[in-house]
Amino acid sequence: MNAVRFRPVGPDDADDALAAGDAPAEQASAGRAPGPQAGAAGAIDRARSQGRAALMAYLPCGFPSLRASIDACQALIRGGVDLIELGLPYSDPVMDGPIIGEAVTAALEAGFRVADVFEATAELAPTGVPIEVMTYYNPVFRRGEERFAADLAAAGGAGLVTPDLIPEESGAWVAAADRFGLDKIFLVAPSSPEARLRLTANACRGFTYATSTMGVTGLRASLSELARPLVERTRAAGAENVCVGVGVSTADQAAEVASFADGVIVGSAFVKRLAADQDLEGFAADLRAAVAR
Amino acid sequence: MSEQLPGPYFGPYGGRFVPEALIAALDQLSAAHESAKADPAFAAELGRLAANYSGRPTPLTEVPRFATRAGGARVFLKREDLAHTGSHKINNVLGQALLTKRLGKSRVIAETGAGQHGVATATAAALMGLECVVYMGLEDTKRQALNVARMRLLGAEVISVATGSKTLKDAINEALRDWVANVADTNYVFGTAAGPHPFPAMVRDFQAVIGREAKEQILSQVGRLPDAAAACVGGGSNSIGLFTAFLEDLDVGLYGFEAGGGGVASGRHAATLTAGSPGALHGAKSYLLQDADGQTIESHSISAGLDYPGVGPQHSWLKDSGRAHYRPVDDAAAMDAFSWLSRSEGIMPAIESAHALAGAMDLGVELGPEATILVCLSGRGDKDVETAARWFNL
Repeated sequence: MNAVRFRPVGPDDADDALAAGDAPAEQASAGRAPGPQAGAAGAIDRARSQGRAALMAYLPCGFPSLRASIDACQALIRGGVDLIELGLPYSDPVMDGPIIGEAVTAALEAGFRVADVFEATAELAPTGVPIEVMTYYNPVFRRGEERFAADLAAAGGAGLVTPDLIPEESGAWVAAADRFGLDKIFLVAPSSPEARLRLTANACRGFTYATSTMGVTGLRASLSELARPLVERTRAAGAENVCVGVGVSTADQAAEVASFADGVIVGSAFVKRLAADQDLEGFAADLRAAVAR
Repeated sequence: MSEQLPGPYFGPYGGRFVPEALIAALDQLSAAHESAKADPAFAAELGRLAANYSGRPTPLTEVPRFATRAGGARVFLKREDLAHTGSHKINNVLGQALLTKRLGKSRVIAETGAGQHGVATATAAALMGLECVVYMGLEDTKRQALNVARMRLLGAEVISVATGSKTLKDAINEALRDWVANVADTNYVFGTAAGPHPFPAMVRDFQAVIGREAKEQILSQVGRLPDAAAACVGGGSNSIGLFTAFLEDLDVGLYGFEAGGGGVASGRHAATLTAGSPGALHGAKSYLLQDADGQTIESHSISAGLDYPGVGPQHSWLKDSGRAHYRPVDDAAAMDAFSWLSRSEGIMPAIESAHALAGAMDLGVELGPEATILVCLSGRGDKDVETAARWFNL
């Protein structure tokens, strides 16, 4: 686990991944994957080539157990999700509402350890569906950005979604991610002014995560009216791929988001079903049908 | 140094580790704080409230009977216990409530542990006609029922937080969640010199009145600067408020006393600077109590106001730079000092402040009878009578 290894992203292109470290974002992803694009951008491109938005699903690692969380992700993949956002349970999840908050608390009480995320990633990565780890910053800082990136790359993970890390504070993580060719997914919010949208869009590799509403994760009766204008502003600020999450939980909402965004991120609705032991694969398939515009 | 350290960074500490949704509001608050600092009208209004509403300047009291157990050193108490609402917390909330009005916002939210900051915020909100919601951990609402009632009587809504460990750190998480959702009309009145920029610098600036007054008072009463300035450290607002005036007076030793709980070795404590390690919690890089994975470890202290696993980032920098010294004081030593000040001087301290008193008793023995020690008595002990009665089997 401590060994620093580089993730071979194709048979012959391990050196390209290394070289990508110093290159600007666009060139980095191009240089990294001469064939089909790796990471989130590849998943979005594949969906786009099928004339639809990408479906992205969040589940916390270790809930209700490590095994069960891996099985649940596999059910989502069978149901057709294009990307897994694997949550790293953290003691102080300020961006999360009660559904995800209770699930990560349960995972921690059940003995979740950070190393479990790499184990789950290693088991899920061979499916070919990119695994992005969603984590608050402190577990990454505590492990060391470089070591965290090395472990994630060794497990075949695609990158990180970092809800409490803004580009200005991300120097060490960005350096490590660039070194290992990992996606860097930062968030934008309806309150972000244009200058911050440009800063964030420019810092992202994979996609830019647009939070649909001013608020925490959870179910909402209807899609926020703030989502579409935020996606448009983020594109205008230079983002190539913009995916929408926070407050997207039904097939109708997913279809609406798919009409204007590159990807649809659903979290709490899956977590709620998992907590209630309800069918995940079928719900994923329904959402997958909904994002085919 | 001192108030010229504007943030966001104090050495490698500080910063803004919060969701992007809050950055615009933090930028707006930083700008309002900067413009207020440069505006004599703001200072005049705050000064008027300090004098006519809070009761400033608070006295500096020499406590010779108490000092007989402090190695015979001269001990002076800065009497924040005599400020309106019973602690130094009022200094900060009046400043932040004025800023809230300057921002054109109509609602304030706050977190509270023991309830002192919640009571102070509810008080300022009542004074200025602001809607007020206070988040308090479920465990703390049970431990501090009197303060819950005080906040409600002042017109605030108190929301009991049942997530996580159900204490102060979870109340902060819940307040941050509220702020993300309601940032358009809501200002977060943060209670301590921690959190994302600009809170550590802003709260320090509003609390710096403690040290400014104390320095002038001790010069006038003793004719020289103290050898040591001591205060308790939870998040660190009263201590940074005291230290700031003396940062450049290198002959004045600065001492922060943390809650040692059942003893640092027991693992049940809140001695973040003594036993923690650098990390990011509640918006800033600073020392914190965490496990090998970076998960926050629950703190323990008899004092609800010090029962916090983080600490303000400037304290982390003062520790690393060696300018200030931080030591743990366990529950038993704090309660002994609580009792001794009550009996020797007729002043009943808050249990938080009793940690500083216990630390000063040891410091006096170390420094000897020629020494002069300034202690911030950050609050009064009325709220702690029940806890003390249980502790002493009364």
